[in-house]
Amino acid sequence: MAELRLFGRSAAPGVAKGVVAVLEAARPQRRRGVGAPAEEASALHRALAGALAEVEALAAKATGEAADMLGFQVAMLSDEELIRPALEGVGAGQSAPAAWEAAMAVEIAGYRAAGDDHFAARTADLEDIRDRVLGHLEPQAADFAVPAGAVVVAADLPISRFLAIDWAQGGAIVLAGGSPASHVAMLARARGVPMIVGLDRAAEIAAGREALVDAAAGEVVLDPTEATRAVFAARADEEKRASGLNAAFRMGPAVTRDGTRITLTLNASSADELEGLDPAICDGIGLVRTELLFDGPGALPDEEAQHEAYRRIVAWADGRPVTIRTLDAGGDKPIAGVTEDGESNPFLGLRGIRLSLRRPDLFLTQLRALARAAAHGDVRVMLPMVTVPAELEAARRLMETALAGLARDGLAARRPRLGIMIEVPAAAIAIDQFDADFFSIGSNDLTQYVTAAGRDIGSVAELADPLNPAVLRLIASVARHGRETGREVCLCGDAGGDPRAIGPLLRAGLRSLSVAASAVGAAKQAIAAIDLRDGAP
Amino acid sequence: MRDSPATEQATDSAELVNAVGLHARPSVKLTQLAKTFACRVEIALSADGPWVDAKSPVKVMRVKAPCGAVLHVRASGPGAAAAAQALMALVRGGFGEPSHEPADLSHG
Repeated sequence: MAELRLFGRSAAPGVAKGVVAVLEAARPQRRRGVGAPAEEASALHRALAGALAEVEALAAKATGEAADMLGFQVAMLSDEELIRPALEGVGAGQSAPAAWEAAMAVEIAGYRAAGDDHFAARTADLEDIRDRVLGHLEPQAADFAVPAGAVVVAADLPISRFLAIDWAQGGAIVLAGGSPASHVAMLARARGVPMIVGLDRAAEIAAGREALVDAAAGEVVLDPTEATRAVFAARADEEKRASGLNAAFRMGPAVTRDGTRITLTLNASSADELEGLDPAICDGIGLVRTELLFDGPGALPDEEAQHEAYRRIVAWADGRPVTIRTLDAGGDKPIAGVTEDGESNPFLGLRGIRLSLRRPDLFLTQLRALARAAAHGDVRVMLPMVTVPAELEAARRLMETALAGLARDGLAARRPRLGIMIEVPAAAIAIDQFDADFFSIGSNDLTQYVTAAGRDIGSVAELADPLNPAVLRLIASVARHGRETGREVCLCGDAGGDPRAIGPLLRAGLRSLSVAASAVGAAKQAIAAIDLRDGAP
Repeated sequence: MRDSPATEQATDSAELVNAVGLHARPSVKLTQLAKTFACRVEIALSADGPWVDAKSPVKVMRVKAPCGAVLHVRASGPGAAAAAQALMALVRGGFGEPSHEPADLSHG
């Protein structure tokens, strides 16, 4: 069989080799006829009990947001009311699966029709519950277990399925849909499971075929030739070697050849992702993306949930500074119930701070949670996509409102330092107009706005180069302004963790970079090779 | 029985102040709290009903009460007054009362 190469987007890096296991999204075929109502009813009860036991077992092992989401499913599955409508259907002569599906369709439609996006967002949980119970009613499909080390191919992967798979033996995830910003992608990165999303022609991949995955490149090769196998084996070896080499640099401070100390912080999305990492490898967290909190299958997080999520990250940092970015939805990060649908150009639309200021309900809740988290450590709050000073001032006023409200409610809080992201060229060029406590350069967006080339558009991706002289001049100007006014300037885009970009960025005047945890070793190694003295090569 | 003069009765109401309303996490907290009382506890979006069992997460989710809605509670039976008071305190506090949270819900 000829080798087939397919491409998608990287959601979690890594090289893997395995046999394809396809998780069917389609409902299994009905085999059984309809039994007597009493038999169908007891089948339904058994299926519900089986599903409940499964979810309880998953919930017992889960932590953080996953535990919360599974806790909701446990509560729903424990409620007799959940199957009452289905039991009525069974009483009227329907089969258990048909009655269950029909009843859940009504339940799900009710959530969707609520006219409230928070409830509509919960339909994913109900679908998960529906499918799990159906699996118990029709075991020929659901009992399908993913073999250890398999390359799991699916339309999308619910978190509960991800947690049920044993990843200790390797394996990878390849999805036709999905998003790198999804909760599953975050878990995959945290567990080191290579993952690709948005793969074209994923539906053509048949179970049992041999697959090679290079998730960083977004590449899947089916039925590889000997030559391709050798290439992938070399990549896997290189990955192993690089991670070993990086490990040596990982624990030390980030210092250039001439002895200049560079502040190296981490980009993170949740405390789950940081679990098991030693905070001593970094100087704190330079970017906490809060989108994942809002993009789970379930609820938009309330103040309590956000406070707890931020507090856990602050606790992990153990006294080191933690810079948390307020919700940066929109652009390539749509969030159900928050962002606008159907914008003709989302990257130039209602995103970041623009969206937060339009949704003071959501924004105030987040600012309250952040001010409360600041009582636990050195929390700094960073506003994304700021274009004009008025946006910073409006956010500052809302922060005052949040602090006053917290004082009234008798909740412990502290005023966090308030900084802005520099990613819109207007802000980078007129940097002296912004009275922010600190600046953080978002090099991904700054680059694509300066070069007018989308990083997600393959045909122009080459133009979206963070080392373009225009981008570097803007970065140098922001760094200079920071030095002259005593404000810290950090860079938290992908370029900060790219060994080839680190030299030019430091020479542009940056002394603070925030990178993915997996890039720390390589970044420190690259920094150590750089000599910042005048005239040094 | 529960309508006899001897039965303890209580009603109360409170506005949903948390941004997401009576959503998944708050629903779980509300039902778990309601289940700690032996009396019958019901909630509604209007003082005239329709009333739903506050101990059933499925039913409570079906109410789909958004932020800003006024939630009514009525309880009847032993401990009715305490139940109504505790539920409304949970609502007024934006469901942030840690003393009523089981450990596994305090993380997210």
